[in-house]
Amino acid sequence: MLGYFLRRLALTIPTFLALMFLTFIAIRLVPGDPVEVRVGEHGISPERLAFFRHELGLDQPVWRQFLDYVWKLLHGDFGVSLATQQKVLTEFLTLFPATLELSAFAMLFAIVVGVPAGAIAAVKRGSVFDQALMTISLFGYSMPIFWWGLLLIMFVSVRLGLLPVSGRIDLINYYFDQPTGFMTVDALLSDQPGAFLDALRHLVLPAIVLGTVPLGVVARMTRSSMLEVLGEDYVRTARAKGLSPARVIGVHALRNALLPVVTVIGLSVSGLMAGAVLTETIFSWPGVGKWLIESIGRRDYPALQGGVLLVSAVVIFVNLVVDLIYGAIDPRISHGR
Amino acid sequence: MKFNIFAGVAIAALVAGANAGSAKTLVYCSEGSPENFTPAINTTGTSFDAARPVYNRLTEFKRGTTEVVPGLAESWDIADGGKTITFHLRKGVKFHALKDFKPTRAFDADDVLWSIDRQWKPDHPYSKISGGKYDYFNDMDMPSLLDSVTKTDDHTIVMKLKEPNVAILANLAMDFMAIGSKEYADFLLKKGTPEQFDQAPVGTGPFSFVAYQKDSVIRYKANKDFYGEKPLVDDLVFAITPDATARYAKLKAGECHVNAYPRPADLDEMKKDPALEVISAPGLNIAFWAFNVNKPPLDKKAVRQALSMAIDRDAIVKDVYLGAGEKAKTLIPRTMWSYDDAIADYPYDPAKAKAMLAAAGVQTPLEIDLWYQPVQRPYNPNGKRIGEMMQADLAKVGVNAKLVTYEWGEYRKRAQAGEDMTAQLGWTGDNGDPDNFFFLDGCTDGKPAGNNIPKWCNAEFNDLLVKARVIPDQAERAKLYRRMQEIEHEEAPELLLAHSIVSEAMRANVTGYKQSPLGTHAFEGVDIK
Repeated sequence: MLGYFLRRLALTIPTFLALMFLTFIAIRLVPGDPVEVRVGEHGISPERLAFFRHELGLDQPVWRQFLDYVWKLLHGDFGVSLATQQKVLTEFLTLFPATLELSAFAMLFAIVVGVPAGAIAAVKRGSVFDQALMTISLFGYSMPIFWWGLLLIMFVSVRLGLLPVSGRIDLINYYFDQPTGFMTVDALLSDQPGAFLDALRHLVLPAIVLGTVPLGVVARMTRSSMLEVLGEDYVRTARAKGLSPARVIGVHALRNALLPVVTVIGLSVSGLMAGAVLTETIFSWPGVGKWLIESIGRRDYPALQGGVLLVSAVVIFVNLVVDLIYGAIDPRISHGR
Repeated sequence: MKFNIFAGVAIAALVAGANAGSAKTLVYCSEGSPENFTPAINTTGTSFDAARPVYNRLTEFKRGTTEVVPGLAESWDIADGGKTITFHLRKGVKFHALKDFKPTRAFDADDVLWSIDRQWKPDHPYSKISGGKYDYFNDMDMPSLLDSVTKTDDHTIVMKLKEPNVAILANLAMDFMAIGSKEYADFLLKKGTPEQFDQAPVGTGPFSFVAYQKDSVIRYKANKDFYGEKPLVDDLVFAITPDATARYAKLKAGECHVNAYPRPADLDEMKKDPALEVISAPGLNIAFWAFNVNKPPLDKKAVRQALSMAIDRDAIVKDVYLGAGEKAKTLIPRTMWSYDDAIADYPYDPAKAKAMLAAAGVQTPLEIDLWYQPVQRPYNPNGKRIGEMMQADLAKVGVNAKLVTYEWGEYRKRAQAGEDMTAQLGWTGDNGDPDNFFFLDGCTDGKPAGNNIPKWCNAEFNDLLVKARVIPDQAERAKLYRRMQEIEHEEAPELLLAHSIVSEAMRANVTGYKQSPLGTHAFEGVDIK
């Protein structure tokens, strides 16, 4: 088990190096540097331009800038955001809980709805429910997030007035410290009556929007995996033993059918991060996705490089954990046996 | 079944939500996060808006106008032919308190000196804090305008200028000249956290800073001790909402009271909604098409006038600005003092244009370069599209315009160097003073690398420009600026295309909100009924 873990861990090193290089190069290929984007019609004198470029190290050859960047990273220094002059790591840590909370609720939504729906569809294969579910999940999978988010806001929040439009909490009625950065947790800690419920209400729409794509994937995966398992000999044996259908499906079939679903959930994390960029923008959700988008506009090299690397680290970490869980659930895989 | 009942109750509870009453809170749906709360070190309107509730300046813009009125300076005397300005400071103005800082003294001259010197003197203890880029201080030419700033007593500041320029009073009302607390700065320096000065601001303004959560919310509390127009609400909240459609949805749902930068496409629908109110005014900007007078035949006035009549600007405003623009006839928008409404605009008259070109001895087809802006600017939503429409109009009068563009930095540099024959460009005003627009046609800026893109230098125009800088009386200055508008119109160094129209949307129960021609947002005197 330890050997497997170390092997997987070693494999992440080249991934990180490639990421460091790609983010570093990609942002520099976009025209305009951090100094130029600050300049409007006034223009800037060549002396001031040269001075600022020098201060930011932009007058150095690119290879030199890259080596400096890697050297600092190796010392745990992600740099300072050019826009806010705050440490990139601090900014990331401030914003990441919001993204994590949203992603967790989105995934929870996808699993809680997707797994039972997929299982039922498999059991009632060919039924109207099955066909409807498969069609809906295909729609969900291909839904443009921006459009879907706005549609829900317009209908549920504006037309019906059922849920808040955006943000994480009702700003007029609630104000409390946020020691953890997770609004639901901080609301519970705040002792303000109704705050927790309000935080949940704010989570519903963004979680549905962000969870829609993984929901489609999870439901379809559960269904197909379940169909395969239902045809296995041990399921037939269980039925022949006279076990109740609920026990056969719930314990014998579903548990085994969930193995590939776990992998799919792990893979969906990178999709969640990508989806968070859009979802956070629509719902004014103060997470890392929105921050990265703004950093591109401002050519905030350190924020963008550090941010992408940190988000990638999270994705790689989650995938590593999923691999390990998978190995734990199915000992055949882990260990190359 | 049990599960269904539970789910039903949970969902009902979720959608019902809490709606407890509280003190009067005004929510402004702003468009983004500030970079920090010190206007001197940032350049975006978003950051200026976020710092404005907290700070005051020596002079202020009267809310909803570009008129300069007393701020922390109660009055001032101009002497020495406009080269010396003595400011008499307001007494007994209190700074805000924060959790970890309680001011022990009122505002005085040391705070003014500290705030100006931070941007000016490299040996100032805060000069390098938070990046130390004082773009506006430099852009507004403050280092070349200021000779010295000193205090003669705790409530008197003497500002000596290198050359007379009364327009500096408008510069002092700009955000970058916000006056911070020296006591707070010293306290933070001693504590070892000087950066906090730019993150948790202490000022004298109508609202004091309470808290900021990045990308989420900024909270302020009314400053009951404020010396000026009192805040009418208890709390002010900036709900940071970058997506314009989401801002509109929040406004509609009553989650915010005032909405920053509504999308022009939403305005019609907003106007129809009785729960909302939309107000509009021209922005403090101008888009123009400059004729390089050094490139024949554009050296002839008649040719420039003819080209001015060849362009259908109504069509451009309608099709490209989509209602968010207004045809311009002088450099300054109609909201600015000294605007001359008596100027008769150039009509769209291709037949006359063609005849004038012929009378001026221009052989058609005439080949010209038409540079179009590669980027969207507040005054020009689509340079390329405007360029194409102009090209089509020009073809009708026998002028073949070749469309040219460059990367934005390069474009501006080449146009300023006078490499173009004709070029689109524009200007966004900074301080609401007409000088800040008319200098664009002054002779100093007509030199290579200057902002005068037509490279036009008219002796009378330039004399008036220089003279207007030393006259303290605004009505007198306005006379000169009106004459300059006549000269500019007659000489046509550029065709003035349009000013953008800026709209703001709010709930109908919001009272007292005044739209600023400077594009800023301020909430003192604003109430919710």
